Amino acid sequence: MSTNQEEGFPERFLGKKYPETMEDLPIAAIVPWPGSTLDVTTHAWRTFRPVINQDKCVRCRLCWIYCPDGAILEVDEEYTTSTGKKYKVSFKVDYDHCKGCGICANECPVKAIEMVPEMK
Amino acid sequence: MALTKPIKSLWEIPREERFVGGHAACQGCGAALVLRHLTKVVGKDAIIVNATGCMEVISTLFPRTAWRNPWLHLAFENAGAAASGVEAALKALQRKGVLDKNRYIKVVAIAGDGGTFDIGLQSLSGMLERGHDVMYVVYDNEAYMNTGIQRSGATPYGAWTTTTPVGKKFRGEWRPKKDIVGIAYAHRIPYIATANPAYPIDMINKFVKAYNTRGPSLVHVLTPCTPGWRIPESKTIEVAKLAVQTGMWVLLEIENGKPKVTVKVRKRKPVREYLKMQGRFRHLTEEDIKKIQEMVDKYVEEINRWVGEEAIGPVEE
Repeated sequence: MSTNQEEGFPERFLGKKYPETMEDLPIAAIVPWPGSTLDVTTHAWRTFRPVINQDKCVRCRLCWIYCPDGAILEVDEEYTTSTGKKYKVSFKVDYDHCKGCGICANECPVKAIEMVPEMK
Repeated sequence: MALTKPIKSLWEIPREERFVGGHAACQGCGAALVLRHLTKVVGKDAIIVNATGCMEVISTLFPRTAWRNPWLHLAFENAGAAASGVEAALKALQRKGVLDKNRYIKVVAIAGDGGTFDIGLQSLSGMLERGHDVMYVVYDNEAYMNTGIQRSGATPYGAWTTTTPVGKKFRGEWRPKKDIVGIAYAHRIPYIATANPAYPIDMINKFVKAYNTRGPSLVHVLTPCTPGWRIPESKTIEVAKLAVQTGMWVLLEIENGKPKVTVKVRKRKPVREYLKMQGRFRHLTEEDIKKIQEMVDKYVEEINRWVGEEAIGPVEE
């Protein structure tokens, strides 16, 4: 999740993710922190959260393709379903950045994703 | 790394994200989805030149940015001009030996329909005419969605917007959509395509081809907008798919002047299905829908005649 690893990063910004003092303010509004919106969480936008049923999921990758926020994570995690089928990858939801639009649940061909109301 | 060959399966799309989450796009934004895949295709060695519009506003809220590429923010009207300048500067730096000559750096211009069809048309035309090596991507959400749904040259016939309201005299937009592909075709550029996020392999292959074109290329992408089109957040892809299946959006590719339909539709669905899904067409009467159907029939006939085969079939209820 570190955003400071890109090459050519100016030294005075090392270890910082946003301008902390006046001197840190970049000249001409240049943003030297590539991909820094990852530090912003958008979980509060949701009213429904997607929950992936790993047993039903057939690993077609469509939810990962159709997510506008990159909030479906593809991880190299082996999974064996209850019927004995083995998969090398798993799909998980990044609940920090998911906005709860529900495209994944709508497009899932086997209906393995359920939209559950956010309660608490 | 940038994709250099066309892909055949969804599993060939690189996993690395270059347009990261946490940006401020609406829930279910079609344009953010398109940019995610575009940056995956162009990879690290691409300079992105972004005209004002939704995608500029949502991705770079100071002091943060969603991009992992060099990125330039511009006014509405000069995306084409600035992209030409960046490309010319790269050429000069490579000639002088400041930059590695063997390193290929692509300039990618991104603009919305307002920044292309209306305000940025002259700079786009100049860029295409001068033949700069720039890949121009238009994400078309069919109105000025960022400022609150005002009509643009891309708004289709019959659509409600805040500046084409529905009342007694006017029933939404009364002018047809501007044909940007036709305008680009008139410049005789090497590569023009229309794409749709509901057909990801087709869309990515078009980005790959545009990336590998040495010279100006234009990709016109339809991006459904949930607040502007008045659709539920989860139906973005469904609507985009219907646009192709009804013949409202034809997936074209024009390589060196040769037109081709990449996704053929054997049996077209009636446009009613596409229109009824969206709140912006809610006011349309049966007569209006019939008129739009006739317009689409005529458009499909033109396309079929142009490509020289029946790529888009007849309507089947």
